[in-house]
Amino acid sequence: MIYLKLFLIFLEIGAVSFGGGYGMISIIREKVLTFGWLSEDEFVNFIAVSESTPGPLAVNMATFVGSSQAGFIGGLIATLGVVLPSFVIIFIIASIMKDLLKYSGVKAMLSGIRPCVVAMILATGITMALSSLLNITTINSKPAFDYKALIIFLLIALADVLLLKLKKFKLSPITIIVSSAFLGIIFY
Amino acid sequence: MKNDNSNIRTLFLTFLKIGVFTFGGGYAMIALLETEFCVRKNWLDKKEFLDMTAISESTPGPTAVNSATYIGYKIGGVLGAIAATVGVCIPSFFIIYIISLFFDKFLSLKVVYAGFRGIQVGVIYLILTAGLRMLKALDNTLLDKIIILGVFIMMILFTLFSVKFSSVFYIIISGAVGIAVYLIKTLRKRSTIK
Repeated sequence: MIYLKLFLIFLEIGAVSFGGGYGMISIIREKVLTFGWLSEDEFVNFIAVSESTPGPLAVNMATFVGSSQAGFIGGLIATLGVVLPSFVIIFIIASIMKDLLKYSGVKAMLSGIRPCVVAMILATGITMALSSLLNITTINSKPAFDYKALIIFLLIALADVLLLKLKKFKLSPITIIVSSAFLGIIFY
Repeated sequence: MKNDNSNIRTLFLTFLKIGVFTFGGGYAMIALLETEFCVRKNWLDKKEFLDMTAISESTPGPTAVNSATYIGYKIGGVLGAIAATVGVCIPSFFIIYIISLFFDKFLSLKVVYAGFRGIQVGVIYLILTAGLRMLKALDNTLLDKIIILGVFIMMILFTLFSVKFSSVFYIIISGAVGIAVYLIKTLRKRSTIK
């Protein structure tokens, strides 16, 4: 039953996605790829869509995967699944366990989870870069340099770093997405 | 104080508005929330707001949803929490639902496809820089370093050798390591005092 599956998988994503925004990317990527809901390309495309539309990535992803798999109801159920754990947890904290964060056990647990989330984001970024820029997905795949993609990557990085260093100007994610779209149209 | 119903309606409408304007994820929204609830409406004081931020960042789930539930509950109880959470989700739900209807057709256009090929590179850049930014924000203790190196290397190796290992386990194990290190430290402290 696709509705139940969507609900349970997104419930799991909602319950363990610490770190907000990009913190969820590794788990969402793993789930949608494992269940064949999206391909690697579709997943990356959708991150771009999600960055250029309002709303949290996890909610956007749930709505998108749910509705592309099982229509409007599917979207609704997946979104409900991803929101429910945080709703319940925050609700409990706000109503009874006001000082939850002051317990040293919770603090200790978070001190382990925080670096773990950072490592997961970086590892996901690297594996995505390997597969998209060098075409390496497993140890057996033949590396094939995608020079165009590599050039686009370097151009964006250069522009971002230079603007920050020289003009103290931080490019917004939307600006980066729009300019990489232009570069894509020029190069491909 | 106005009556409850109008409070809940205000909560719903305010979070609906916030849901429309939360481009760029959690941090952009924190600024919006602060103007809306601390400055304009005066519903939360500065300290409560900081507590809320800390809680929504250290619990699972998107910051936007977490803070909506928290603020909603503080101001309007159970109904307030539901109204605020539903409100903040509605705009993105409908926008993404509409996009999902024609996304495949849209991508079959050649120009759009080329554009998205470029965008994929941009997204990878965004993910890597977000990771690096969060890396800098850590205190960089020995525990941080060990967990980062361990998880990072394991995840990349498992991907390359196509070993199935759910990311959920990394989180559970790291949380357990955090607690274990804390317990060892407290035990040691106790024994030195004796």
